[in-house]
Amino acid sequence: MHIKILGSGCANCINLEKAARQAVDELGLEATFEKVTDYADIATYNIMRTPGLVVDDEVVLSGRVPTVTHVKELLTAR
Amino acid sequence: MSAATETILRPSVRRWGGLALAAAVVVGLYVLNEWLWTWLYGSVLGWDLTTGWGSIIHFFSYDVIKITLLLVGIIFAVTVLRSFASIERTRALLGGKREGVGNVLAAGLGVVTPFCSCSAVPAFIGFVAAGVPLGVTMSFLIASPLVNEIAIALLLGLFGVGPTALYVGAGLVIAIVAGLVIGRLKLERYVEPFVFETKLRGKVIDSSVGLTWDDRLAMGREEVASILRKIWPYLLVGIGLGALIHGWAPGDFFARYAGPDNPFGVLIAVLLGVPLYSNAAGILPLVEALHDKGLPMGTLLAFMMATVALSLPEMILLRRVLKPRLIAIFASVTALGIIAVGYLFNAIGI
Repeated sequence: MHIKILGSGCANCINLEKAARQAVDELGLEATFEKVTDYADIATYNIMRTPGLVVDDEVVLSGRVPTVTHVKELLTAR
Repeated sequence: MSAATETILRPSVRRWGGLALAAAVVVGLYVLNEWLWTWLYGSVLGWDLTTGWGSIIHFFSYDVIKITLLLVGIIFAVTVLRSFASIERTRALLGGKREGVGNVLAAGLGVVTPFCSCSAVPAFIGFVAAGVPLGVTMSFLIASPLVNEIAIALLLGLFGVGPTALYVGAGLVIAIVAGLVIGRLKLERYVEPFVFETKLRGKVIDSSVGLTWDDRLAMGREEVASILRKIWPYLLVGIGLGALIHGWAPGDFFARYAGPDNPFGVLIAVLLGVPLYSNAAGILPLVEALHDKGLPMGTLLAFMMATVALSLPEMILLRRVLKPRLIAIFASVTALGIIAVGYLFNAIGI
């Protein structure tokens, strides 16, 4: 599983990454993380509010920092 | 209440009951606020509350509580209401709209769409790459910070419905006209080319879909906490300066230099406001104190609008997608609009 955190380094992106890493750990998944900080790259994912969460090249969430439980739901729903 | 009845309490009863209780506490404190401080400082401590330090500390305490309560109530209500709107839906509504109608709609949606200027760049790319005209996009980006919920909350609480309505109306007109002007000037060549080449792929995630009432109320609580955490230093400095002006500045000091008779009042207010980095919560306590000292509302509204609408950090962010000339035009057109509104309000004697 490849997880991308979209955002230009704001506090929300850091919190999102924390939540995503914790969710992955708690679910015992194998995942690689990547930060996408360039606006031109972020824009291609069609999100207009940062932060954004991308799993295997598909946007699953944007514009808010989710709870760890919510991220776990998003990851297991796939 | 026994444990048995507690478990019977339905979640909806707890949710709305808790909300009603919280609302009652906020309203109760708001009503008791002035009496409480007058009683504490005047009766218990025996201070003279009409002059000097007594007056300053009384004004400061009263204003801190009053403004905090106003912010809590209005930010919460606005965030919950805004959770029904989303920037994705706003873009869908603006797509295919012609200039004119599009600018009016964009300015209105700029007020109601949940949006923070930290997302100005992805929103700009998202709009323009999806085919929303440049001028319409600019109307949205100008209205969003210019007409903001913190300013509405504080204007309502400090000045009442009339000045608040004028502020909202003036902000919308500035955003519409500035967007129309930028659209007419055909400035697309001053947008960084990659914006037009951006290919939007993947499905659009609408962040407002699938939220429960509990989610919306939680978003309201989180937004109140996050805004208060962000603005409290500005708030305290603003209220502190306001209290000092209230207690110390001689009655006609400001009115003599920046009163209705000074033809440069509005111009100076806007020039001072643009580089000043603050937000409505820091500016409005000052505006209140200066208004008490005889400064006209047009000058003060212009000062506040210039401070919140045009900020250097946002310009630096926008540099990523706009060339310096377009940023300069955007800032000048908006500033001219604010100056015009300031003079208009002063002329009709608001």
